[in-house]
Amino acid sequence: MVVDSGVADADRVFHALADATRRDILTRVIRSGMSVSELARLYPMSFAAVQKHVVVLERAALVSKTRRGREQIVRGEVEALRRVARLLDAYERLWRHRAAAIEEILEEEQ
Amino acid sequence: MTVISSTKDVGALTLTFVAEFAAPVDRVWQVWADPRKLERWWGPPTWPATFDRYDFKPGGAVRYHMTGPDGTKARGWWAITDIDEPSRLEFDDGFAGDDGEPVDPEDVTHAVVTLEAAGPGTRMTTVSTFRSAEQLERMAEMGMEEGMRLAMGQIDAILAD
Repeated sequence: MVVDSGVADADRVFHALADATRRDILTRVIRSGMSVSELARLYPMSFAAVQKHVVVLERAALVSKTRRGREQIVRGEVEALRRVARLLDAYERLWRHRAAAIEEILEEEQ
Repeated sequence: MTVISSTKDVGALTLTFVAEFAAPVDRVWQVWADPRKLERWWGPPTWPATFDRYDFKPGGAVRYHMTGPDGTKARGWWAITDIDEPSRLEFDDGFAGDDGEPVDPEDVTHAVVTLEAAGPGTRMTTVSTFRSAEQLERMAEMGMEEGMRLAMGQIDAILAD
């Protein structure tokens, strides 16, 4: 297994999530696992195209695949998504602090 | 009371942050226009900011540094891309080296600040756009430490209000 830096991981996650179909696939498989063929029936595109989307999600570690008989079951990996969301959360916290500090300055002036 | 909402777009790498202040637009504009006021709130709690240069005009150059708890200096720069006083400010924000000059002029976060009257007060909306997850990670790191504790305190205050 290739060990990447957290940054490369995050970039892959952002790329994977930048596509509406992939976001939709992820939402569905987070609730419960689905096979690639079940997923393929949901979208107006070829089985191969859906499979490619799943591969992009898998590379970003947003989903994992397990074999069940002849089928591959796709499952959402919630933890990977949480990790990237945490970065945006941290940046939001910075802005919350800034807003509180601005408010203090404005109150002081009154 | 400061009313806050924020929208995170994980796909587009943007954070839209909205806050309302009980002061007229002109006065909120001054927290951006006056560098002595700006440096009281720009840096994260443990990294106060000092603006060494502040050409507050379209095309203007800005140089600042933030000083960490151990005296480490983190340097940054802005290129002001648009000003429409007192309602709109746009700028690029990037990391600078020890000489104060941009490390990579392409590695910027774009910020759009909009101020509008909201009743007797002012609604401030900031939209920050990142170019990469790496950039976001560096920015977020700076806000993490004490920022988290303070933000929690603030949420408590809002809930108790």
